[in-house]
Amino acid sequence: MELGVLVAVDWVAVCKTTDVPRDGGVCALVQGEQIAIFNFTRRGEWYATQNLCPHKQQMVLSRGMIGSTGDTCEPKVACPFHKRTFSLLTGECLNGDECAITTYPVKVEGDQVYVGLSNG
Amino acid sequence: MTQQSLPTVVVIGNGMVGYKFCEKLLAKSTAFNLVVFGEEPRVAYDRVHLSEYFGGKTADDLLMAPQQWYHDNHITLHLGDPVQEIDRASQTVHSRRGLVQPYDYLVLATGSSAFVPDIPGVEKEGVMVYRTIEDLEEIKAYAATAKSGAVLGGGLLGLEAAKALLDLGVAETHVVEFAPRLMPRQIDTAGSAMLQHKLEALGLQIHLSKATSSIGGNGKIDALHFGDGSILEVDMLVISAGIRPRDELAKLAGLEVGMRGGIVVNNDMQTSDPQIFAIGECALHSGMIYGLVAPGYDMAEVVVSQLTQGARAFTGYDMSSKLKLIGVDVASFGDPFIAEPHSRSIVFEDAHSGVYKRINISPDGKYLLGGVLIGDAEAYNMLLQTVNNKIVLPPHPEDLILGARGGEASEGAGVMNLPDEALICSCEAVTKGDICSVVNELGVTSVDGMKKCNKAGTGCGGCVPMVKDLINSTLKANGAYIKNVICEHFDYSRQELFDLFRINDIRTYDAALDHFGKGDGCEVCKPAVGSVLAGLWNELIVKQSTIQDTNDRYLANIQKGGSYSVVPRIAAGEITPEKLIVIGEVAQKYGLYTKITGGQRIDMFGAHLSDLPDIWEELINAGFESGHAYGKSLRTVKSCVGSTWCRFGLHDSVTFAIDIENRYKGIRSPHKLKSGVSGCVRECAEAQAKDFGIIATEKGWNLYVCGNGGAKPQHAQLLASDIDTETCIKYLDRFLMFYIKTADPLMRTATWLNKMDGGMSYLRNVIINDSLGICADLEAEMQLLINNYHCEWKEVVENPELRKQFSHFVNAPKEKDPNMKFELMRGQKAVVEW
Ligand code: SRM
Ligand SMILES: Cc1cc2nc3c(=O)[nH]c(=O)nc-3n(C[C@H](O)[C@H](O)[C@H](O)COP(=O)(O)OP(=O)(O)OC[C@H]3O[C@@H](n4cnc5c(N)ncnc54)[C@H](O)[C@@H]3O)c2cc1C
Ligand code: SF4
Ligand code: FES
Repeated sequence: MELGVLVAVDWVAVCKTTDVPRDGGVCALVQGEQIAIFNFTRRGEWYATQNLCPHKQQMVLSRGMIGSTGDTCEPKVACPFHKRTFSLLTGECLNGDECAITTYPVKVEGDQVYVGLSNG
Repeated sequence: MTQQSLPTVVVIGNGMVGYKFCEKLLAKSTAFNLVVFGEEPRVAYDRVHLSEYFGGKTADDLLMAPQQWYHDNHITLHLGDPVQEIDRASQTVHSRRGLVQPYDYLVLATGSSAFVPDIPGVEKEGVMVYRTIEDLEEIKAYAATAKSGAVLGGGLLGLEAAKALLDLGVAETHVVEFAPRLMPRQIDTAGSAMLQHKLEALGLQIHLSKATSSIGGNGKIDALHFGDGSILEVDMLVISAGIRPRDELAKLAGLEVGMRGGIVVNNDMQTSDPQIFAIGECALHSGMIYGLVAPGYDMAEVVVSQLTQGARAFTGYDMSSKLKLIGVDVASFGDPFIAEPHSRSIVFEDAHSGVYKRINISPDGKYLLGGVLIGDAEAYNMLLQTVNNKIVLPPHPEDLILGARGGEASEGAGVMNLPDEALICSCEAVTKGDICSVVNELGVTSVDGMKKCNKAGTGCGGCVPMVKDLINSTLKANGAYIKNVICEHFDYSRQELFDLFRINDIRTYDAALDHFGKGDGCEVCKPAVGSVLAGLWNELIVKQSTIQDTNDRYLANIQKGGSYSVVPRIAAGEITPEKLIVIGEVAQKYGLYTKITGGQRIDMFGAHLSDLPDIWEELINAGFESGHAYGKSLRTVKSCVGSTWCRFGLHDSVTFAIDIENRYKGIRSPHKLKSGVSGCVRECAEAQAKDFGIIATEKGWNLYVCGNGGAKPQHAQLLASDIDTETCIKYLDRFLMFYIKTADPLMRTATWLNKMDGGMSYLRNVIINDSLGICADLEAEMQLLINNYHCEWKEVVENPELRKQFSHFVNAPKEKDPNMKFELMRGQKAVVEW
């Protein structure tokens, strides 16, 4: 880990675990921003990204299908409009040359899902 | 290296063959100084595909090579400057602009011109020929105002010209032929009759045995007058009565020409002056003018060989050809006419679907000598190879035209049996051996790659299917297993998964991935597996909504901006006034844009995700159901009004369409399904453009399958005729289930049939003759799907848990997406452009 740059994060409660479909996503309104939250049940992991697809500026990524790609099983989401795919880890576009999307840290405590927003 | 010290080759004519000569010479040697004179204003273009100019290709698309190519290859090019004189004594040519160019070798590639018979009135305005881009432009300009037109000549080019007129929207197009049949030089009488029949069905009016005696009109054509006294009124005439070799220059220079035209050449393509060669359509070899491009290319090759100390000679050429005339396949190969006692012929004729096939076999039954194919020329390439390579025939040669009726592959399997020297691409002289070695040595695996290596398939394009088969078969022979696996997560084809899931009772995506897949899945395999599961069990798809494409996940089509559309089922397009009012009220209440769709129903656009359940609740209460406009499933069964109202109607097409739509609604398939039922042959429901279409006949129904509109339209083909209602449903059950089980993901029925080994005759055997012994199973499986039908929207509306999924914000369910923007257009809302 890099020393020195410890970014402070505000954890915001967004929804219950049961609100998010298995291996699917929902969109949450967090401080005026649309954030997509993904419940990767198959891997027991949670991810969050911006809801906006950079390709045609559509607020839809939460409605996309998730999955993985390659030998490393990089987790990804596919935009429902034209199937551009983005890494859920880095936000990088995995096909085509769209710009990367923002990803957010997620944590689950009990049945509560939190998204981390930087306050720095 | 100075250009002057090199021998100079002058080419007269920059047409297809003249160009090909330059290309071939450069490939062999750069030790020549090349000078080209062309009469036309532009560089050589592809005359063979000239008609595509009407279909949207530009003159530039048709160029054999851009002008820059000549420059890059140091060719001196004089365009729009025809040679007017050859001075053989001083070995110079003189152009119209006054250039005097010395030559060491001269190549005449002056082609031919359209033959215009000496009929009184041919000079009138509105009488044209069809040979150059300029001719085309003239025809196009004229056709814009013409209501009727005729083509003089029912040969290959004449029919192509007739197609051009139809494409240009000339409502009434006639073909006038002097002989008693069409294409007399290529196909036999019975084949001609079948072709005529098909072309007439497509709207051409054909007049045979007609001698045109004069062209009427005052300065401008208004009619054709025939020897038998009859008159045909037309606004324009395209003459296509044959070609006339351009030998005027040669004649002037004292070279030997044929009695009926053409520059006489020997096997080395030399004219009577050994320094001068003639190639292409202007050359007369053994009394023969070759009006096709492939022999011209071969002649060019011969001259190149002569100039570079090679030994290639021209020994005549096979005039086999295959073309698609107005959507009808026509092919003739080898000797199409040879008959008893020199051969015996096997003929297959299906008047209904317009297919005629004849093959001529040597009297001992061993070899194929030639034949004719009308309506279905799939087998052309393989048959031609069988003739050319003297391949010994199988014990049942009729299989060659009927398809192996056991269901085994016919064409694809055969290519590897060809000898290495079999000429596959005759335009570019590429053999089977050439193609296989490119695959083996250069690792090329696609037709595009092959084209780059050796130009195979770049000429007339007729050999492309065979090139593809050869590439795949070579790969297969090398052990490269070509399999349509779904994606990186499933190493199986859709059909294999179908069987595996059924046998192992797999009902969820997770179970499928655990048993047969790897990784976490993706946007390709999730919906594909979803489709297989639905095709097997037809359980409610919203139970596993996150493996569905967004349209299936939210049971509505997503639109620009992220809103959705609502399409209730209006079976066969029939709707009561009460229901129309409900649609109006719902659209008004939720602010939806309404439009009549191309499928005879009403689409409401611009719904917010969170409004969808409320909208559907109101619609369902009024008796509507989901229209599955979002699903890979049955869309609409289009109907015409039929015998209940129409004076021509033979049966009640509306009732039948409603029954069919209700029978198959909601069933998931590899791709969407569309259907239509027409009450008579006038076909107002466009049934023959559908995945399955039904047309009433005097005796019952005709059932057509595997049609497609969309990006690549294709007519449906007749599966069964004059059947009763129950038989029709029985065949449909079998057909649809067979498609659901065996097609690849997102493959429409038309493509499925196109890829099926044995094609329509195989499919007919499976569905009607039960050749695989699976029909009882297919019917039972279909019945299971029908019994499991649910209106998905009803299930959602009644289930609060499912309803919850239809909101934009999980933490603010009442709030709508503020980014969604609409504007007003013609009094309704429209989505703002993205
Ligand atoms: C609404 C409609 C256009 C209209 O305003 O009339 C329409 C709209 C769409 N069509 Fe269509 N098609 C509509 C009739 C047709 C027709 C005409 C017909 O059915 O008679 C065709 C050609 C016939 C055919 O399919 O063979 C047609 C050929 C296509 C194709 C090309 C299919 C192909 O095989 O090439 C697509 C793309 C696809 O499915 O992959 C398509 C895809 C679409 C999609 C679903 C594109 C999409 O994914 O968003 C559009 C969705 C609109 C929506 O939100 O509801 N639509 N589409 C028509 C709905 C008919 C209905 O009542 O269900
Ligand atoms: C509509 C149409 C469809 C066809 N379809 C097919 C098909 O499907 N399959 C097939 O194999 N063939 C087809 N053909 C025939 C094919 O196009 C010809 O066989 C081929 O173009 C012959 O090439 P060429 O170079 O001999 O003649 P051309 O292409 O006619 O070229 C000769 C050139 O020489 C020029 N020229 C003549 N005299 C002089 C001079 N004195 N000085 C300078 N230049 C001169 C002419 O202007 C012309 O540009 C079709 C032809 C047409 C018109
Ligand atoms: S033709 Fe294209 S643009 Fe028009 S509705 Fe169909 S898919 Fe959309
Ligand atoms: S809008 Fe997301 S891929 Fe086009």
